[in-house]
Amino acid sequence: MSRLKSTFDCLRQRGEKGLITFITAGDPSLSATVPALTQLADAGADVLELGVPFTDPEADGPAIQRSSERALLNRVTLRKTCEQVALFRQHNEDTPVVLMGYLNPILALGIEQFAKLAHESGVDGLIVVNLPPEEAGELSAALKPRGIDLILLVAPTTPIERIEGLAQSCSGFLYYVSIKGITGADHLDVKDVEHKVASIKLTTDLPVSVGFGIKTPEAAAAIAKVADAVVVGSALVDILGGEKELEEALSDLYELTSALKRSIREC
Amino acid sequence: MLRHREGDNELPDSSGHFGPYGGRFVAETLMSALDELTRVYEDALDDPTFEAEFRTDLARYVGRPSPLYEAKRFAASIGKARIFLKREDLNHTGAHKINNTIGQALLASRMGKRRIIAETGAGQHGVATATVAARLGVECTVYMGSTDIERQKPNVYRMKMLGAHVQAVDSGSKTLKDAMNEAMRDWVTNIDTTHYIIGSVAGPHPYPAMVRDFQSVIGEECREQCLELVGQLPDVLVACVGGGSNAMGLFYPFLNDINVKMIGVEAGGEGMQSGRHAAPLNGGTPGVLHGANTYLMADEDGLILDTHSISAGLDYPGVGPEHAYLKDTGRVTYETVTDEEALQAFRLLSACEGIVPALESAHALAQASKLSAAGDVEDVIVVNLSGRGDKDLETVARMDGVEL
Repeated sequence: MSRLKSTFDCLRQRGEKGLITFITAGDPSLSATVPALTQLADAGADVLELGVPFTDPEADGPAIQRSSERALLNRVTLRKTCEQVALFRQHNEDTPVVLMGYLNPILALGIEQFAKLAHESGVDGLIVVNLPPEEAGELSAALKPRGIDLILLVAPTTPIERIEGLAQSCSGFLYYVSIKGITGADHLDVKDVEHKVASIKLTTDLPVSVGFGIKTPEAAAAIAKVADAVVVGSALVDILGGEKELEEALSDLYELTSALKRSIREC
Repeated sequence: MLRHREGDNELPDSSGHFGPYGGRFVAETLMSALDELTRVYEDALDDPTFEAEFRTDLARYVGRPSPLYEAKRFAASIGKARIFLKREDLNHTGAHKINNTIGQALLASRMGKRRIIAETGAGQHGVATATVAARLGVECTVYMGSTDIERQKPNVYRMKMLGAHVQAVDSGSKTLKDAMNEAMRDWVTNIDTTHYIIGSVAGPHPYPAMVRDFQSVIGEECREQCLELVGQLPDVLVACVGGGSNAMGLFYPFLNDINVKMIGVEAGGEGMQSGRHAAPLNGGTPGVLHGANTYLMADEDGLILDTHSISAGLDYPGVGPEHAYLKDTGRVTYETVTDEEALQAFRLLSACEGIVPALESAHALAQASKLSAAGDVEDVIVVNLSGRGDKDLETVARMDGVEL
């Protein structure tokens, strides 16, 4: 069974909602990535999203743009991102890791070669922001036999009849984009999310996670009431990119993550 | 006709692909807006009143048809070929860009969108967009890299005068590609109220096909004018290619005329060897950026490279997907012209003909000069003079050591 499936099965059995965290590989430094992933897992993150830096992150807000820029200054590539996952796997066999990024670095590496590398490195899932299912056939075919889940996004603008098709091409979990906008934006409407997630649930048994614009334990708790998991990114990335020394930043990362997980548990 | 001949140039296919290129590589949030735009555009193509409105605006507002002018002194100073200029610089707002913004503004009205956004490099598309927005009385935001704002000041002020908000973009290389990233971020955020007028034959389907169709008026007129003036079709068509909309507009109606050669000219910057250029078709590899699969300037890890050109309008790491297809099929040849060669052509045309070309168009003039100088035949060469050069005077003056 895939790590993602067993994680979501466990959560469901415990009647608990999941916390998915996002940081970018190589931000603020390449050597910080494995310690940061470890802190996040230790603090209660159920799934770890790891951003693959890209020069033109067209769906991301300022926080993740800056994070990507910092990582690119450290010359972090898709290959190096996979290396970090492999290093993390030496300490952690259980927490699923999902890569999130844009298509071009994958194409440059080669779809087959990427799928092989991701599998060998212990990657569990993949989110490609600018790859709708219509264009995803080849990638999906390369990932499937290797047990890597291709996670698709559903947006507030996605018509209900399209969601069914998306759910069929998707595995692991569905990612509902909670706002019309970019990552880290400020206009989250919980009622809207509740309605949309309920209608998604009518079409699929896949777990539905919700992300984009969730920054505080309070917002996370509100969203966790209506979804299977909550994704937090920009707020964590801002901690890593701040002025503080790495050790202090990692401890802040731990604090925020535990607070998020606590509030999700209590919701 | 906006709806082109059935059966011949029928690309893209229904999913927006030109062979392996094109498509729709965008965030899910944009998919329904692209579906809506495709539907509205397809409906408009079948609606004679849409075509009539478009043609009327082009005639009475833009000032079409633009003349086909024989540049005799310019040609004689170079070689034997006859060189004709398709005078898109004489359009209202001074470039071909307005052909497309007129068409897309009509579509925005049909969709009931009360806000328009655009990206711009040289500022020509930004001005053309601000112009149609002023005419419709709708809100307009134009994204422009801060490097480009610095080198195209007159156009920035024009856009403001027209009531547009010019939003400086400070991320990445601070040029056209970053302006496009920011415009896409705006669009996903304001998708309900906003139409994004992409200025080139780039971006996700249906933009490459739609912008091509609106710009095809250039080639349609040119075909008729050349037959009337010279009694034959051109031997060679030459146009500059950044995203490639003026080139696609000129080439498209001639694609089936197999004896008409076509040359797209990319920005060679400081020379292909230097690596400082903006010529993805000559020095790039296929990949995905800004919604389409096409040739890109990217490194071996798939990261997009900074580009360089003296001309802000050509300073872009991608190119329209139909150009990628036409390169692979060999129907169109793509060459490069350096900053220096473009500047020479800029000066020569100004001095010989009293026409100051845009630095973008000067790349096409330089290529036509090379052809004529190398050949010994009286070929008929048509150069798309896609824009006028007033906006570039400051850049050129600075190279001459003059501060304006």
